[in-house]
Amino acid sequence: MKNLIGIEDISVEEIDELIEKAKDIMKNRDKYSEKCKGKILATLFFEPSTRTRLSFESAMLSLGGNVLGFSSADSSSVQKGETVGDTIKVVGGYSDIIAMRHPKEGAPVVAEKSTTKPIINAGDGGHNHPTQTLTDLATIAIEKGRLDNYTIGLCGDLKFGRTVHSLVTALSRYKNINYIFISPKELTIPDYIKKNVLEKNNIKYTETTDLEGSIDKLDILYMTRVQKERFFSEEEYIKLKDVYILDNEKLIKAKKDLIILHPLPRVNEIAVEVDEDPRACYFKQAEYGRFIRMALILKMLNIK
Amino acid sequence: MYIDSIKNGYVIDHIKAGQSMEIYKYLKLNELDCQVAIIQNAKSNKMGKKDIIKIDKELKLDLDILGYLDSNITVNVIKDDKLVEKIHPEMPEKLVNIVPCKNPRCITSVERGLDQICVLTDRENRVYRCKYCESRIN
Ligand SMILES: [Zn+2]
Repeated sequence: MKNLIGIEDISVEEIDELIEKAKDIMKNRDKYSEKCKGKILATLFFEPSTRTRLSFESAMLSLGGNVLGFSSADSSSVQKGETVGDTIKVVGGYSDIIAMRHPKEGAPVVAEKSTTKPIINAGDGGHNHPTQTLTDLATIAIEKGRLDNYTIGLCGDLKFGRTVHSLVTALSRYKNINYIFISPKELTIPDYIKKNVLEKNNIKYTETTDLEGSIDKLDILYMTRVQKERFFSEEEYIKLKDVYILDNEKLIKAKKDLIILHPLPRVNEIAVEVDEDPRACYFKQAEYGRFIRMALILKMLNIK
Repeated sequence: MYIDSIKNGYVIDHIKAGQSMEIYKYLKLNELDCQVAIIQNAKSNKMGKKDIIKIDKELKLDLDILGYLDSNITVNVIKDDKLVEKIHPEMPEKLVNIVPCKNPRCITSVERGLDQICVLTDRENRVYRCKYCESRIN
């Protein structure tokens, strides 16, 4: 893997290796604190995403490296009309590895052709966001001790939610996972995921609108928010945004060892009271995101 | 119906009925100054109805376009009134600057100087996808 554009660029073995590395980093922070000394990570955010950018920067700084970049297109030469290709050619000369986020889908494919430096896709429109998926996988692996054999419920916007599509695609390579898709009728998981990912691999799944009725079966609950920008009308958004709100009452019937994940930021879909529940893993998940990105940077720079 | 046979050129045969204008457009046959005949709904034993295009000129035909549009097509190459070759264009692995990506969120909609590349991702179902955003082209 030279570049990370989509989650399918990484093999199951490489994912295991990254997760093991992330675990080792968490245990031995000092050992890694100068591994990237003298190296520069460029974070090129043609579209703002503070959380993702800070996660990458924290990862590189924790490895003793440096970071440079921009956090939105209006602070960059993009505003003057520079192409992605040209920007990457220039920044490739200033840095050792590049993490980029871009509102247009496929932008990292242009970038990888424009430099010899490794490119990490930190999100391209509604298309790919592989480091979020890596974070999700690492969280499951660390909290559950395995990536196979469980029932996972995915709840919320399953139609537009790319993190869900990407996670389901990544998990389809592991054995014995039972999927329960929980969404309003308007936001069900797309047919192409059902056909090309699930049915093609003979994977069992059920679809329901009922979160409460499904919760006792789950080992993992992955909540997502309904994103306003995906809707054509305000009305439709308001109708659907608060269909599922996870609170303590709904969790009464849930298993004791359930883990609750969320890619964050959340809006209303998880009540704040749930944060105190030991099954709430979404803030830990964000932290694991930092360590898995550290593991990824090391791997892509060929540093042991 | 009688249409002059051609001396040097091509007879594009076994076009799915109704598809000939599409092929005319993609091959930019309107830009030619030679005789071009389009026969629609010709009788065919194999297909019931079919379209045929005759081009009375030796030119460089883009077989990739034909293979992409319809891989059941036969291209008959005519030289000195004689049929010298029958070509069955295959579905190409890649299309460069032939079909634009229709996804408005695709990088190809804004990046200047970028080749529009489509890749055959599923031969059985004839699926082409944009190399950049992976959305379906056909
Ligand atoms: Zn595209």
